Amino acid sequence: MTNATPVETVIDVEGLKTQFGDHVVHENLDLKVRRNEILGVVGGSGSGKSVLMRAIIGLKTPSAGVVKIFGEDFYEASEAKRLEIEQRWGVLFQGGALFSSMTVAQNVMAPLREHLKMSQELAADIAAMKISMSGLQPDAGAKYPSELSGGMSKRAGLARALALDPEIVFLDEPTAGLDPISAENFDSLIVSLKKSLGLTVFMVTHDLDTLHATCDRVAVLAEKRVIAIGTLDEVRRNDHPWIQEYFAGPRGRAALGAKKNGAAAPMERA
Amino acid sequence: MNPAAFTVGLEGDALMLVATGDWRARFLGAIDEDLRLFEDDSVGREVIIDVSAVEKLDTAGAMVLERVLKSCATRTEISKIIGAAPQTRQLIDSVAPHVAPCDIEPVRPNAFVQLVIRLGQGISEGYVVSLKILEFIGLTLATWARVWRNPKKLRPVSVFYHMEEAGVNAMPIVGLMSLMIGAVVAFMGAKILRLFNAEVFTVELVGIAVLREFGVLLSAILVAGRSGSAFTAAIGTMKIREEIDALKTLGLDPVETLVLPRVIALILMMPVLAFMSAIVGVIGGGFVAATAMGISPVFFVNRFQETIALSNLWVGLIKAPFFAFVIAIIGCFQGLQVEGSSESLGQRTTLSVVQSLFVVIILDAFFAMFFLEIDF
Repeated sequence: MTNATPVETVIDVEGLKTQFGDHVVHENLDLKVRRNEILGVVGGSGSGKSVLMRAIIGLKTPSAGVVKIFGEDFYEASEAKRLEIEQRWGVLFQGGALFSSMTVAQNVMAPLREHLKMSQELAADIAAMKISMSGLQPDAGAKYPSELSGGMSKRAGLARALALDPEIVFLDEPTAGLDPISAENFDSLIVSLKKSLGLTVFMVTHDLDTLHATCDRVAVLAEKRVIAIGTLDEVRRNDHPWIQEYFAGPRGRAALGAKKNGAAAPMERA
Repeated sequence: MNPAAFTVGLEGDALMLVATGDWRARFLGAIDEDLRLFEDDSVGREVIIDVSAVEKLDTAGAMVLERVLKSCATRTEISKIIGAAPQTRQLIDSVAPHVAPCDIEPVRPNAFVQLVIRLGQGISEGYVVSLKILEFIGLTLATWARVWRNPKKLRPVSVFYHMEEAGVNAMPIVGLMSLMIGAVVAFMGAKILRLFNAEVFTVELVGIAVLREFGVLLSAILVAGRSGSAFTAAIGTMKIREEIDALKTLGLDPVETLVLPRVIALILMMPVLAFMSAIVGVIGGGFVAATAMGISPVFFVNRFQETIALSNLWVGLIKAPFFAFVIAIIGCFQGLQVEGSSESLGQRTTLSVVQSLFVVIILDAFFAMFFLEIDF
């Protein structure tokens, strides 16, 4: 499906500035996301991780800077071009953001029926496959979002995000609010989907375990910009005080320690 | 890029399906029907699928190919997908375990059975809801009695806030509506009364209709639409966000903190609104009488004083607190019935307005009969 070289840049953010009124969230922010990598974005509360994601996916218009998706300036692109780009990404919002008046299967079928010309049966077949790939049982398809647990909502949200076979998937805190076992399962699901479907994943997360288990690279957001980006080990060696506190604190050490001691990392189980 | 297509041939005993072109989701819609026909015709036969000429493939395409294989073939050593490049192979393999139908929506019985079920549910729910509302009225009154004995429990800030929100802020719209209704009543009345040369009776018509009925009814309708729905939405949102539960765990009674201030505020403000509405309605009628029918304002006021008994105003005003009570109770009750989703919030808000208007009009009919009987 994808035979691109790993250095191809699919998301290119340059000199981004976002603000709410007088409150500046990002200034002069640069970020490049490569094809077929899982990029984890971390940062303290209020550092603008979610706002960065919203700026990239077109929900928060930046006051300066350029957001290029697949080499195309998203905010300058024509309506048709934007629509085309929007069909090449999928977004999983924090709470799943499933449409509450539709069942899970209908949720997954919604983008298929909206954007592609196909029969009800084919859309249903595709939805069933995505639902199964997201790790849900077939009977979950007929459930309404209000009947789902938190973990199931996220999986259903992921199934909908994957409906159009996107090249990029945006995940906003995918494991927040899940119990450790569900979170681990979700981590390995993302890694295996990335491998088999050649996805590029942009993940906003707080979860150190997820970071260790899934991410190829990590970007740290602080002081209104990306202060460090690279593999986990590279970023950890950065001596910025926030980074040191984040990775060297008890939680950071615990998550890292588990990996060093050879406990099965979800990467290998996947 | 060629759209997806396929040709069927024979390869020994097995069918040979050669897929060509772009087998991504956007092109599958065009061939899916043909593929299904092929599947139906070939059940039980072995199928070899050649994908070497497929230009592009995504999970949907891989799923469709696997579906053909699954629905026809029985022996896997013959039936398989051939000619796949390593990456395509990987994609097909990762999709294969997930090709199975799933439930789309809950199973629904046929239309007639559904009709019977809904009718039965409607009736039994109506019964249960009536009981629940009665229970809620009792609970509110009991809480009110408790607060009456211990006035420190009353929340004046909250009461005044709702008096302003539901009462004072409603005055402009209630006033405007009443002015228009008063004018319309006068106009329609005058047109018919003129046939009998009895235009002066317009004064009685406007006075009695507006003071007894329209003033208070119009206020109730607007308050139900404006404030009853707002009560439901506000309390329902609190229910969804678990704020009601939080109140309970902090030892605060939701009826005392949320329901009672709203009920009291509305009971205090509805007579004010009804009074204003009645007066403005009469002014509207008088205005039309003066401009369109030549009944001078002085004559209008004099005749009004002579012929309209004060009891007409009282009849209107006595009803106001009862209407207010019903609207506030139903609004709060429906808010507390909200469950889980935002869907439910919308349904409950609608129900709240519909039910309170229904009860208000029933009550009004009872009042009309009552006052008729006692000749007031």
